[in-house]
Amino acid sequence: MRVLHYWRAMAGIVGRELLRFLHQRERFVSALVRPLVWLFVFAAGFRAALGIAISPPYETYILYEVYITPGLLGMILLFNGMQSSLSMVYDREMGSMRMLMVCPLPRWFLLCSKLIAGTAVGVLQCYAFLGIAWLYDIQAPLPGYAWILPALVLGGMMLGALGLLLSSFIKQLENFAGVMNFVIFPLFFMSTALYPLWKIKESSVILYTLAQYNPFSQAVELIRFALYEQFNQQALIFTGAAFLAFMGAAIVGYNPSKGMMVKKGGGG
Amino acid sequence: MTDIALHIENLSFAYGATKALDRVGFNVRCGECTILLGPNGAGKSTLFSLITRLYDAREGRIELCGFDIKRQSLKALANLGVVFQQTTLDPDLSVTQNLRYHAALHGMGRKAADLRIREELERLHMFERRGEKVRQLNGGHKRRVEIARALLHNPRLLLLDEPTVGLDVPSRQAIVEHVHDLVKQQNLAVLWATHLIDEIAGQDSLIVLHKGQVKAEGKLADVLQATGCSDAGQVFQKFTQGGGQP
Repeated sequence: MRVLHYWRAMAGIVGRELLRFLHQRERFVSALVRPLVWLFVFAAGFRAALGIAISPPYETYILYEVYITPGLLGMILLFNGMQSSLSMVYDREMGSMRMLMVCPLPRWFLLCSKLIAGTAVGVLQCYAFLGIAWLYDIQAPLPGYAWILPALVLGGMMLGALGLLLSSFIKQLENFAGVMNFVIFPLFFMSTALYPLWKIKESSVILYTLAQYNPFSQAVELIRFALYEQFNQQALIFTGAAFLAFMGAAIVGYNPSKGMMVKKGGGG
Repeated sequence: MTDIALHIENLSFAYGATKALDRVGFNVRCGECTILLGPNGAGKSTLFSLITRLYDAREGRIELCGFDIKRQSLKALANLGVVFQQTTLDPDLSVTQNLRYHAALHGMGRKAADLRIREELERLHMFERRGEKVRQLNGGHKRRVEIARALLHNPRLLLLDEPTVGLDVPSRQAIVEHVHDLVKQQNLAVLWATHLIDEIAGQDSLIVLHKGQVKAEGKLADVLQATGCSDAGQVFQKFTQGGGQP
């Protein structure tokens, strides 16, 4: 009976997020426009400047557009995770987050359900992006499109958990601009999404080290290898560990007695 | 089964050095509407946050239908329906979709949920509007939907945090009457936070909260007799003078 309750609640939370996503078409379009601009404009423009040598998982020389496609999938998941964080802050300001927290289910379960719901939306966006990229002649082996599903899910969960953690610290929606400057941009630019590690090492060893241990890099590499039907154990371990760390901290952050919520104060 | 739906004992809470609640204690009984009266900043919202376990109190005890909110929180929360001060419905979803979402959170199956949704919406004369997006409803109708939602899972205690703020007089009256009918017909316990004196009915219980402390408590008639006041407005003035706007 209890299991049924959990199942229904999770289905309700995921279903609501998907319904909201379907009703907000502009959100879907804008989520796709960002990586597509990078693909069509940035990557095309830098194709000549940024030559890519042969390195795993690629077995031949590749175009720059091909190289950054997994990075752009990571970008979709990153922005989706932060969008979920934004929606949590908004929900809390508007009170609907309180409604969720009042239902008779453990808080960790509710947070995990929110995370799964947000990840489901992110994965849908990724596949839509891959569809357009296919038409643009960026084509991976067909089985790779099935291989990346677990990688996208784990990457999405890890970045979503980071978003959840941030949302437990952010009191007001206005503070979200800080997230852009201090979280999203550093994570994205100090990663292997746009340039391979060896190329970063050529210009700066410090940047190389940061990029190597950046959890976003690891998620991107997990996706990159999976897209070419390969398994990257190190990326899997790093991404999984980062997910557990972020999720654990987020659960503490939302704990009614220990978390940040207590320190923020209430109304009247 | 106890007729005390909410038991609060020696409850204190502070935001850092600022004390928001100071040794608050009272009971809310089934079949009673208890009005929690207090000016802005009295501690009403903090009290509601503690009852709904948004925060945990370090001092004191809260029991919902005999279940300790800290140690048996899931059993306690299963008995609770809440209408918060701000609208918490999703404006992009229909009335039914919003209510089904809430039913799912309480573990109700689709068939049982649809049955209860119909019952509650019909009682509030909102069934015909079940397919409309919440965004299209006016403030009064949104409140009705929120009350229907709070009652879907048949709670024993209904918390209302200033539910009529911003509504016109007929909408306010309709909600006040509906809630009092629920108390009589379903033996529901209601804790209604407000600063609007005219929402208090003669048979209600009253708790006056000011600066985090309970200043008066009891049946309205008993409080009037004990304080020598002629109405709830005077009671409010007497205990909250200089402490906020009624």
